[in-house]
Formats: sequence, structure tokens, C-alpha cells
Amino acid sequence: MLYREAGQFKTTYAADQQVFPIRQDRIGIIALLVVAFVGVPLFASEYWFSAILIPFLIFALAALGLNVLTGYAGQLSLGSAAFMAVGAYAAYNFQLRVEGIPILVSFICAGLTAAGVGILFGLPSLRIKGFYLAVATLAAQFFIVWCLTKFPWLSNNSSSGVISTQRLIIFGYELTTPVEKYLLVLSIVVVLAMAAKNLVRSATGRAWMAVRDMDVAASVIGIKLMPTKLLAFAVSSFYCGVAGALYAFCYLGSVEPDGFSLDMSFKILFMIIIGGVGSIMGSFLGAAFILLLPIFLDVALPFVADLFGLPFSSATVSHIQITVFGALIMFFLIVEPHGLARLWQIAKEKLRLWPFPH
Amino acid sequence: MIKKFKPAIAAAAVSLAMLSQMAVAAEEQFFPMIDYRVGPYGSNGQSFYGGFIDYLNYVNIKEKGVNGVQMTYEECETEYNTSKGVECYERLKSKAAKSAGPIHTMSTGISYALIDKSAQDKLPLAMMGYGRTDAVDGSVFPYAFPLVTTYQMQASAIIKFLKDKNGGSLAGKKIVYLYHDSAYGKEAIIAMNAEAGLNKFTVVQIPVAHPGNEQGAQWLKIRQERPDYVVFWGWGVMNQTALKAAQKVGFPRDKMIGSWWTGSEEDVIPAGEAAKGYMAATWNVAGKQVPVITDIEKVVYGAGKGNMEDKSKIGTILYNRGVSAAVLSVEAIRKGQEKFGKGKALNGEQTRWALENLNITEARLKAIGATDLLPEIKTSCANHEGSGKVKIQQWDGAKWVPVSGWIEGNKSLIHPLFQASAKQYAAEKGITPRDCSKEK
Repeated sequence: MLYREAGQFKTTYAADQQVFPIRQDRIGIIALLVVAFVGVPLFASEYWFSAILIPFLIFALAALGLNVLTGYAGQLSLGSAAFMAVGAYAAYNFQLRVEGIPILVSFICAGLTAAGVGILFGLPSLRIKGFYLAVATLAAQFFIVWCLTKFPWLSNNSSSGVISTQRLIIFGYELTTPVEKYLLVLSIVVVLAMAAKNLVRSATGRAWMAVRDMDVAASVIGIKLMPTKLLAFAVSSFYCGVAGALYAFCYLGSVEPDGFSLDMSFKILFMIIIGGVGSIMGSFLGAAFILLLPIFLDVALPFVADLFGLPFSSATVSHIQITVFGALIMFFLIVEPHGLARLWQIAKEKLRLWPFPH
Repeated sequence: MIKKFKPAIAAAAVSLAMLSQMAVAAEEQFFPMIDYRVGPYGSNGQSFYGGFIDYLNYVNIKEKGVNGVQMTYEECETEYNTSKGVECYERLKSKAAKSAGPIHTMSTGISYALIDKSAQDKLPLAMMGYGRTDAVDGSVFPYAFPLVTTYQMQASAIIKFLKDKNGGSLAGKKIVYLYHDSAYGKEAIIAMNAEAGLNKFTVVQIPVAHPGNEQGAQWLKIRQERPDYVVFWGWGVMNQTALKAAQKVGFPRDKMIGSWWTGSEEDVIPAGEAAKGYMAATWNVAGKQVPVITDIEKVVYGAGKGNMEDKSKIGTILYNRGVSAAVLSVEAIRKGQEKFGKGKALNGEQTRWALENLNITEARLKAIGATDLLPEIKTSCANHEGSGKVKIQQWDGAKWVPVSGWIEGNKSLIHPLFQASAKQYAAEKGITPRDCSKEK
């Protein structure tokens, strides 16, 4: 009843082409943004900002990047964490070596550097596909981490290879508190997510999807494979690179190359698989699921154990947490192989008929 | 979109409920334990934190706490993962607002991520034998304590040991530095180079990529180089592999000296016969002959409050190291209470002061039965390390045997390196260093 588009007539082309054609969706997204920008900073605690919201947004951005490549353009990649590393180290080096460069500019440059590296490692995609391509991107994962360890120049000759990020100063104002960092990350993520949403419904996005569904057919209808695939790699790596820069500057404050391990790449891949391959919103849902569920279990399990008087040590809790987490992933994949985004879509369709389903 | 917040909201509700339930009472000293017992290095964590918690309970049972203040703790599992460590820190932070003992993370990655945060939140961060080594300069890092000794001082002490063995000179010798190609392995290079310049020996650096279970090429190179010694900075599975590889190419094991992360029972037992004669640095001895370890077994395990599930690990290197970390932490609490009031719990700021004014003498160690668990330690604002001494131990095929007394690294060579690095850090971060001469 509430969610029904009856009576919403589109009278102009612009109205027909807008990102959220249904009025309720528009209201929903505005409400969500108001909550995120105003409500959350008013009520959330420091723990929420530093331990939950900031990493959630950063990983959602990285997942979004991977989703562009894997979900929309159909190129499987296992190198997302490495592209994040490129972004993190690039942002650090731009700040360090270019006198007076604004932090936002160095984030963009970091994204562009990552995009360049992404294009380089995307070249094999012109020849190989599927799992073979995954192995080629795996090479990126190992090569980049090795490279960052090998050349001390990249970490400003730090004896350990660990970099400590510089201060975050925007227009002369230094961001120090978790709330300020959260707002910065949120703004960047919102802008980039909007851009991605628009990109995937443009001609470029349609070309990506055509390549994903069948590249021979795509080339027959006049889509040039090489620029299309490489653009997907570039855009995807740009997003991952910015996410990596934010990860270093707004979340941890200091990073080492080994932190951007294969595990992290897998984690990002799982996010889009759970959240929904080929869906912008799926990236957010997946990131929330993968990041928040373990924390929730970690907090809830000892509480439950206390309630029933079970002698849980912290190691047991960890083991149970991993088991439950794994089981839930399998459950979701069996019940809804298209991810959480698909569940949301089904819910929306049901809502349109509610309360009188036929 | 509301959906994604659901589990989060529930988590918040649960954590709030927990907070109110377990509020820290006034006369309890709270230790935030950001630890790990599962994951790739879980077995190391079990021994270390088992020893740590056992000693806290030992103090609680034996002396009814420090001047009546009971030691309490809450664990949070990190799995040696930096972002999990940060989450744990943020979770335990609010509980540590009233009273906080030193935080031991046993992870370089996590300590690096916490250095700025802990200084902001005024919580003391201990990094015993790992972490950011230039934090020795307390004027720039007021809340970070690389206690006992650092990688660089350790490397310097190993060189000194070798020098003494060779009649006081290493001139013309060749030493291979075989290291784990990571932040950890690279830390000591700067010290090795400085020592090489001073003592006129040559260093050949040979990195091993993580995880290091294949070292054929490296040992072939070592055979070609024919070094006099191999100084070894390994980690995890790399250690046993190196020992086996050394046996294969016929390099004598008693010319191999490892860092303290290569010298636990877990490193040598899997290598079997190949490990015999191998030496490693340590700041704590193994075994149950240390009085406090025997006493812990009697008092804590006698009362059924022991933390170790596998009791055979009591008295291993890492267990004893956990006890040594706890001894140091509890001594800091004692010191702090002398200044801020006996029988009162210390907050993070007060514990920080205590860690900076530690003076644990040999006599004091003897009194608590911890002789040889720690060297003498005297910290100050300018020196957060406090000691810089290690012992060299040798594996005889069944147990670790100390083969040297306390050896101190070359402080006048190494500490200026820390100060230079700390100064650079201060400049990058816009920190104004404290004036150590004004600290009391």
C-alpha cells in the first residue's frame, strides 16, 4: 500500500531516466542520507565510528569497485586488496613528495595511480577469461605486495616498510575525531556510489554488461572489447585505490604491505557474492554482512553463554563465530544465490502487492 | 537499505547490556587483553596470554592483588588481524577509561595501528620485543613502550656475542643476515649495517618470502657465500624449514643465531635432529626451574584457576615470556600505586607514568622469584626500552640451555638511530616532543 507507484506518471524524458524513478525510493534514499549525515553523528559512539561505520563504508567502496569489474563487466579479479595497497601507498607518497597538495587531490591521484596499475594487470583479460583471468589477477596481488616490500622508496625508506599516514587537513581544517573522519569517508563514498550507479546505466555500463554476457556477440554489435574491458579495470581499480587510501588515512593510520593480503581480496570477493553480483546496493549489503556479522557474533556469543551459564573461553567463541559465519554464508547462497540485493528486490516486489497479493 | 543496519543495531543493544553488567569496580585493575588464540599464530598466543593471565591470577590469589587491588581482564580475539585488533581496542577502550593496565597486542601490525589512537585516548601500549622500535624515544611517543629490548638492540647484542666468541674482533668475517621479507625482518637491517661498518665485517642480506617453507635457493646462496655465521630473523614455519635446509647443505647449526621469535620450542621440535646446536636470543629463560613458574603451577593450577588447557606448555619459552610480560605490568601497577595511592586502581595516564619510571632490580626480581625471566629494567622518558639486554640460548635437542649471561647491545650506536627516526615521525605528524629533562 505504501510502496506503490500507481499514479506516478512520467511526463518528461528526464523523469523517465532518473536514477530512482519511484517516488518512495527517492524519499527512502534521501531519508537514509539524512540519517547517515545527521542522525548517526548525533547519536553514535566513538566505537561505532572507528570500529564499525568507517571500515564498513571503506569496504563497501572496495566491494563496489570489484562489483564494477566482476559484476558488471564479468572479469573475475582476485587482486582488489593489492589495488587498495596501491591507493594507500600512492596517497601517502603524493602527500609526502608533492609540496602542499590537498589531501582530496592526493586521494584522487591515488585512485588514478591504482587505475593505471589496474589497466596494466587488466591486459591479460584481452586474451584469457574466467578462472584463468583470476589467476592472472592473483599475480597482481602477489606482485604488488612484493613490490611495496622490495622498494624502500615507496615507504619513504622506513626501516620496517610500514607507513604512517600524514595528517588529514582539508581547507586548513584538521580532521582528528572519528566523527569527522566518518563524515569525510561518507561523503566520498556517497559521491562515488552515485557516480557508479549512473555509470552502469550509461552506454559504458551497457557495453560492460554486453561483454559480460557474451563477448563475441558484443563485438559483433560493434562494442570494442579492448577499451571496454580495460575501462572496467581502470574504473574498478580507481574505486579500490580510493578505498585503500581511505583505509590507510581514515581507518588504520598506518599500514604495511602484508596487511593487504590475499585474505582481504577474498573478503571483498565474498562481499559481492553475498551482497549481490552486479548490484550497487549489493556491495553495501555484502560489506555490512561480512564485516558486521562476526562482530555481532563476537559480542553476542559470550552474552548468550553467560545467560545459560556455559563456560566459553574467548577461543571457543572465536571458533563458534567462524563456524556460524560459514554456515550462514552457505545458507544464504543456497536460499538466495543472487545475494542479499536480490532478497531486497523480492521484498520490494512483494511490497508493491501488499496487502492484497493476487 | 535499512536492512544492513539491523545486525548492527542488535549488536549495539547487546554490547550496551554487557557494559552495564560488568562495570569495573573501583578497586579492580583492569587489563584490556587484545589477544589471539586462534588463527595462524594461535598456538603462540595461547602460551603467551596463558602465562600472562596465570600470573595475574597468581597475584590475585597469592597476595590478594596489589595492595588489595584485584587484577581483572577481558579478552578480545584478534586472530592476529589488524582490523580486528582495532575493533577490539575500540570495544575495550571505554572499559579501560577508569583503570587500565598496559595493553599487549603481540602483533606489530596492531601496535602500529594503535600508536596514535592510544596516545589520543591516554592508554599505555606495551610492545615487548615487537612493534615500533623508535618508540624507545619517549619524548615523541609518550604512550608507547617497546619494553625490555628491540630488534635493533637485539641484533647488536648478537653481534657482540659473536665478537666475544671470536676474541673481540669480527674484522674480515662474513655474516649472512637471513630474514623474513616483511616489516619484522627488515627492522634489524639498519642495525646490522651499522654494526658491520663499526666492526668491519661484511653483511650479506638474503630475504625469504612469506611463509618461507621453501628455502632451497637461499641456502644454495649461503653455501656459495661461505659465511662465518648466519644471523636469522625467521617467523612461523620458516624457522623449522631453515634448520632443515641448513642441515641439508651442511651448514653447522651452532653457527646460526636466531632472533627471539625463532627460539621457541615450536620452532625447533618440528626440525628434530636438525635443530641441535642452534642458538637464539631471548630475554627470558625456558623451564620450570624459575621459582615463580613452579609457584604458579602450584598456586593457580592447584586452585583450579589455570588458564592453559595444555599444561605441558607451562614452562615453555612463550609461556614464560607471557609471565615475564605480566610481571613487568604488575610491577608497573605497584610502582604507580606508590605514587598515586596504595590500594587504588590506576588509570591509563597513571600507568603510563609508572611504565616510564620503572626500576626493576635484580634483587626485586629475586624477591618475586622471577630471576632470569627478565633483565634489570630501568625506564625513563628518554628511554622507553629500559634494558636492551638479551641472553643467548642453545637447543641441546631436548631443551633450551642459556649459554651466555645478559648481553647488552651497543646503545651508543643504536639509540641515535631511534632518535633520528622518532624525530622524523614527529615532523611528519606535527608532534612537539616533550622535554624529557622536565619530566618527573
